[in-house]
Amino acid sequence: MSLLLFAVVGLVAVASGIAVFVVDSMARATFALALSFVAVGVEILLLDLAYLGVITILMMVMEMAIMAVFMVMYMMNPAGLMPMSMMHNKRGALIISSAAFVVLAAGSLLVPWPSRSGSAPPDLTRAVGDAIMGSKMLVMIAVSAVLFATMVSAIVLATARGRYDS
Amino acid sequence: MTVTTLPVWSVVPLAAVVVCWAYAAATVDAALDPAPGRARLARPLVETSRLLRQPRRVTPAPDLLLWRIGIAGPFVAALLMAIVVPFGGHVVSGMAVGIVWFNAMDVVLWAFWWLAGWGPNSVYALVGGYRFLAQALAYELPLMFALTAPAVAASSLDMRDVVMAQGELWFAVEMPVAFVVFLISVVGFSSWGPLGHPAGVDVADGVLAEPSGLDRLLLLVGRYALLAVGSAMAAALFLGGAAGPWLPGWVWSIVKTLAVLVMLVGVRRRVPIVRADRLMALAWVVVLPLTLLQVLVVAVVELR
Repeated sequence: MSLLLFAVVGLVAVASGIAVFVVDSMARATFALALSFVAVGVEILLLDLAYLGVITILMMVMEMAIMAVFMVMYMMNPAGLMPMSMMHNKRGALIISSAAFVVLAAGSLLVPWPSRSGSAPPDLTRAVGDAIMGSKMLVMIAVSAVLFATMVSAIVLATARGRYDS
Repeated sequence: MTVTTLPVWSVVPLAAVVVCWAYAAATVDAALDPAPGRARLARPLVETSRLLRQPRRVTPAPDLLLWRIGIAGPFVAALLMAIVVPFGGHVVSGMAVGIVWFNAMDVVLWAFWWLAGWGPNSVYALVGGYRFLAQALAYELPLMFALTAPAVAASSLDMRDVVMAQGELWFAVEMPVAFVVFLISVVGFSSWGPLGHPAGVDVADGVLAEPSGLDRLLLLVGRYALLAVGSAMAAALFLGGAAGPWLPGWVWSIVKTLAVLVMLVGVRRRVPIVRADRLMALAWVVVLPLTLLQVLVVAVVELR
C-alpha cells in the first residue's frame, strides 16, 4: 500500500517536472515545479522523516512563490500570450537529461544494497542529521546564525531607501 | 491536561466544524460592523444565499486552472492546518512535527493568494497578489520565531506536548511578544484588517476584486476559516488549550477560541491598513529582533 503510494507520488513528481517544460506560461511553469517539489516532500514524509518532509514542502513552496515574481518579471513572455519555448539547446539537453535519468535509475536498481543490520533508530531525523553532520553540528549551528545575520544586514543595507521614500 | 488523538475518519466532522467556525467569524464580523443596518446577524446567511444564486462573472483570457486553485486554496489550507490544532482535549493528527506542519500550511498560502491574484488576468487582482507576497515576506520570519518560542519551552514540536507543557503557566504570560506576533501573523495570512493590503479598497479589493458567485463564497469562507483556525491555534499554543477550572475542556476551548476570534475580527474596522513596504520596515527592524530576544529568553529559562 505504502509502496503504491510512493510510486504514485513519484510519478506525480516526474510528470509535473516534465510539465514545467511543456506549459507556455511562466506562472504555470513555476507552480508545476512547486508541485514537483511538494511531491518530493511527500516522498520524504513516506520515509518516516516527518520534519525533513514538512520543511521541504515549506521551503520549496516559499521559494517558488518568490521565484514566480522573478520569472514573470524577467521572461519575455510572462503570461503565455505568445508561444515561447522554455528549452534551449533542445537536442543536447534532452540527451544529457535522459542519460542522467537512466544512469541514476539504473544505479538505484543495480547497486547491491546492504541488508539492514540491527533495527531502525527511534528518531530517524536525528540519525540522518548525525550521519550527515556528525561532529560538525555545533559549527553548523553557529554558522547558521552568522548566515542569517548576514542576510538581514545585507537586505537592510541594500534597501536603506525604499522606492517610496524620497 | 492531556490531549487524545482522534481516528482518521474524524477529518470529515472536522471539516464541518471548521465551516461552522468560519460562519461564526462572519457573524462576529457582521455584528461588529459600526455601520447602521437591520438584521445584521442574518447577514452571513443572506450573503451566502445571494452568492449561491449569483451567476459567475468571467474576465477576458483568465488562467482558469490557476485561478480555481487560488480560490479554493485558503479554505484547503485552513482545513490542513486544523488537523494539528488541539481542540477540547482532542486532536485529529498527533503528528510529531505539528508546529512545523502549521507553519508549512501558512507558507502554502503565499502561493494560493498570489494565484488568486494572478488567475483572473485583471490588473487590480494582480496588484493584490503581489502585495500579498510583499506582506508575507514581512510577517513570515517573525511568525516562524513566534512559533519557535512555545516549541522551545515545551521541548517538542508536537502540539499535544505544547498544550501539556502549559500546566502551571500559560505561554501567553511566559512569552507575550511571541503571542502578539502570532496574532498579527494570523491577521496577515488571512489578508485581514490592518494587514488587508492585498485586498485593499484602494485597488478595488485586490484579490477579491474579480471572484463572483460560488468562487467568491469559497474565497470568503476560506478567509474566515483561516481567522478561526488561527484563533484556535492561538488558544492551544498560548492560552493553555482546553485547560480551565469547573467547566469541561471543550467549553474552555470554545471560550478561548471565540475570545481571540472576536479580537482578530474586531480589529478590522478599528485599525488602518498598513502598507506592505512600511510593514516590511517595521517587521524586520523592530519586530524580528524582539522575537529573537523572546526566543533567547525562553531558551535561557528553559535551560535553567
